[in-house]
Amino acid sequence: MIAGAAAGRWGPSVGIGRDEFNVEPTGRPFGHFDAVRKVFARSGHEPLVAIENISFDLHSGKLVSLLGPSGCGKTTFLRIAAGLIAATSGIVQINGIDVSEPQPDFGVVFQQPNLMPWRSVLKNVLFPVEIRREGGEEAVARAIELLSLVGLSGFERVYPAELSGGMQQRVALCRALVHQPKLLLMDEPFGALDELTRMEMQDLLLNIRAKTKATVMLVTHSISEAIYLSDTVAVFSKRPATLVDCIEVGLPYPRKPETRYTPAFTAFEHRAGCALGITR
Amino acid sequence: MSGARMQRSIFPLLGVVVLLCLWQGYTALSGISQIVLPSPYDIGLVSIEQFHLLLQATWPTLVETVLGFALALLIGVPLAVSVANSRLLNLGLYPILVATQSIPKVAIAPIILVWFGLGIESKLALAFLVAFFPVVVDTATGLKATPPGLLELAHSLRASPLQIFMKVQMPAALPFVFAGAKVAITLAVIGAVIGEFVGSVAGLGNLVLSANAQLEGPLAWAALLWLSVLGILLFSAIALAERLLMPWQGTGRH
Repeated sequence: MIAGAAAGRWGPSVGIGRDEFNVEPTGRPFGHFDAVRKVFARSGHEPLVAIENISFDLHSGKLVSLLGPSGCGKTTFLRIAAGLIAATSGIVQINGIDVSEPQPDFGVVFQQPNLMPWRSVLKNVLFPVEIRREGGEEAVARAIELLSLVGLSGFERVYPAELSGGMQQRVALCRALVHQPKLLLMDEPFGALDELTRMEMQDLLLNIRAKTKATVMLVTHSISEAIYLSDTVAVFSKRPATLVDCIEVGLPYPRKPETRYTPAFTAFEHRAGCALGITR
Repeated sequence: MSGARMQRSIFPLLGVVVLLCLWQGYTALSGISQIVLPSPYDIGLVSIEQFHLLLQATWPTLVETVLGFALALLIGVPLAVSVANSRLLNLGLYPILVATQSIPKVAIAPIILVWFGLGIESKLALAFLVAFFPVVVDTATGLKATPPGLLELAHSLRASPLQIFMKVQMPAALPFVFAGAKVAITLAVIGAVIGEFVGSVAGLGNLVLSANAQLEGPLAWAALLWLSVLGILLFSAIALAERLLMPWQGTGRH
């Protein structure tokens, strides 16, 4: 376990359990999850334990992936962190606030683009600022800049139905970033895309993160995606989800597609595979 | 592609022409009385000769229909909103809505006439009664069918209930509202004519009745023709409004 060995520029940002905290210079981690548990009541059935006692810290500016088998509760965990649903017990603290409802400085990207067909691309991106009544020249300029950052310049006035799935998800990414969130939460954002688009989007995300410096928490069930993107990969077990491993990916940024074919990359993939129980 | 388009515009026309020829041929060969079945030629001739009379009769029917339809929208949409957003209202109102809807409007027409008299009010009321139900049902269905992903997005942005309604639910329901409105406008014509049949002094329905009573078969049929044209025009107006108000519909299907 690398957690705790806080040496180096790409040092660990996540530790398993309370005693393995990797405290930031400011004294408090950006996000702090302690003994988070989630139980769903089901009528006529036993209550469903989705998450069992998950604790880790999320450090400012880091990209953390939640990796686990389908249906293991990692999306549930992300939704708890986003304040969309409440944990049954445990501490969920982000940016010094006990999260029990969605926070204004969060941005969420869902599995589906969830664009509004009646709004143009630009108006879709501006939706969050409109809801906050913060619209204005500045927001529009920011939206246009974000769209050009994801390669969608010239598509501002187009309706979403005319875009491909990958383009739609890029619009959704811009929408999640337009109000300059401190934390970007992504729920299998590239899951619905084909392999090539997916790899393109991964590079795009790394690019955007380098520019915006946002802290990112991302749910995925792809091992290579998790390793390629993350500072830290939190590996979840099957339901009820527990934290089985925290992999500090020491590969330096900026990562290039070639990074995927290095022995170090493969070694991290192997370790994740072991944690998931699919390799030995 | 253009061949298929030609087909699309030519074949419906061809169908109508063949039907009219058969009709004309039958009336000419069988010697059937004009009162029972006038020929298309006679109907067309009367339509031109009595143009002024028909136009005069169209106006009240048009006003009754449009006002009844507008009233159906004005009352139906807010009602659908309350039904869709409140479980209690839904439980309390829906059975009544369905019950009123299952009363045959023809049967209720004489009572409406007693209430509102021979003037435009009774026709307007009947047009409203028939048009109102599809507006409520379709709008409520549309409001309840808001994509959950969009609701979750709005929730994640802490949108207020009013914002969610105005910016998410209502635009998402708009195609349903228009689907209901298209059914409603054609039903409103029927409602107005039912009203005119039961008791009236003007309108196309009134003209059909009086022409029939005076054994003027071609005029009665001409009034019928004008009624159907009125229905088609009103329907097209709604379809046009739909296209103008929802420019995003039909995009993406290159």
